[in-house]
Amino acid sequence: MCDQTFLVNVFGSCDKCFKQRALRPVFKKSQQLSYCSTCAEIMATEALHENETLASLKSEAESLKGKLEEERAKLHDVELHQVAERVEALGQFVMKTRRTLKGHGNKVLCMDWCKDKRRIVSSSQDGKVIVWDSFTTNKEHAVTMPCTWVMACAYAPSGCAIACGGLDNKCSVYPLTFDKNENMAAKKKSVAMHTNYLSACSFTNSDMQILTASGDGTCALWDVESGQLLQSFHGHGADVLCLDLAPSETGNTFVSGGCDKKAMVWDMRSGQCVQAFETHESDINSVRYYPSGDAFASGSDDATCRLYDLRADREVAIYSKESIIFGASSVDFSLSGRLLFAGYNDYTINVWDVLKGSRVSILFGHENRVSTLRVSPDGTAFCSGSWDHTLRVREMVFSFPVCERREEG
Amino acid sequence: ISGSSSIASMKKVVQQLQLEAGLNSVKVSQTAADLKQFCLQNAQHDPLLTGVSSSTNPFRPQKVCSFL
Repeated sequence: MCDQTFLVNVFGSCDKCFKQRALRPVFKKSQQLSYCSTCAEIMATEALHENETLASLKSEAESLKGKLEEERAKLHDVELHQVAERVEALGQFVMKTRRTLKGHGNKVLCMDWCKDKRRIVSSSQDGKVIVWDSFTTNKEHAVTMPCTWVMACAYAPSGCAIACGGLDNKCSVYPLTFDKNENMAAKKKSVAMHTNYLSACSFTNSDMQILTASGDGTCALWDVESGQLLQSFHGHGADVLCLDLAPSETGNTFVSGGCDKKAMVWDMRSGQCVQAFETHESDINSVRYYPSGDAFASGSDDATCRLYDLRADREVAIYSKESIIFGASSVDFSLSGRLLFAGYNDYTINVWDVLKGSRVSILFGHENRVSTLRVSPDGTAFCSGSWDHTLRVREMVFSFPVCERREEG
Repeated sequence: ISGSSSIASMKKVVQQLQLEAGLNSVKVSQTAADLKQFCLQNAQHDPLLTGVSSSTNPFRPQKVCSFL
């Protein structure tokens, strides 16, 4: 057998210019096409040009990143706790549980306060959503969702409706009725549709719009009445786990946190990400704005909580201890922003001095992970929900001074 | 062969970075001072910081009522 290669000349219509020419096989995105020699040469130079464009874009991105880091570093002239050195230390706090809300049949996943500072809505793994009067511990409403793992719930600003969702990939709104004959589930309105689980939801400053976060990696703004999608927010590289709206005085922005370890601040009107922070080492489970709107805190599976200053565009404090090794699931500020309450997967709640970075209290009581935590609208109490099926409402009872010493561990 | 989609996504990354680089950020010494100021100004009105007097406290421990 002689060793000869035969060049087969295929003659036909070029797949690019359609002229009748001698054709060669070329591969574009693993699809085989037949090009004439002219078009094949053009494609080769285009590919070269594309590579150059991609390379130049990559180097531009790198130099921009470097410039951003440089600028951020220049502004980092001092630490928050240094600025707060002269501020009087808080001492140790004693907080007591005033109410325990029992009634859920499984893990409590989310809760929210009503603006009346009294009612609470909570949702659970078993699909139940309950509205409580926290003063009396009475259950005022209960509805069973068609799905399990209701991971998100929220109270409408008017107090007349609640929103919830989870594994059903939707956010539904239920008007609250006091008519005993009315079935709450009958009035249910499906508002949001995502392509993965709903992780968080919040009404904006009216009952008309809802903001949602999802395991599909996006956040979205919806019109409640029509169910129409008003704006979507793309940018997270993985599941979005939490969101919080900026206090109404500071404008139309919100912050979200996700499994991509990023916290992103969004402009609600344009859908644009205006700031992003990537200093956590694991999933961000919770984000909450500082009461002035100039900063926000985050809680993460990396066992730390962090404070990000929006005007300095950087992280300015880390709340952590060597002895805290379990993830923080939920965070919220007291009214003045001086205290940061954080619920952890080791069943405890740690209370941090936001300015000084020290812990002022560790609260026990829950018999399983703390999954959700919110301070009441008037700041008199805070409520925590847990995998132990209960919710606890706690208050500050007294504080006692401790001599200033460096804490270990 | 690099597809035009990776160029498009790279362009988005560059645009986003240009947006972030254009922010007029403030020094931490200034912003931290403002955070501190906010805390101190609002401290007296923070019930979780100062405590609530039991007469006005809606969550005061539930007392058991007994009929005399």
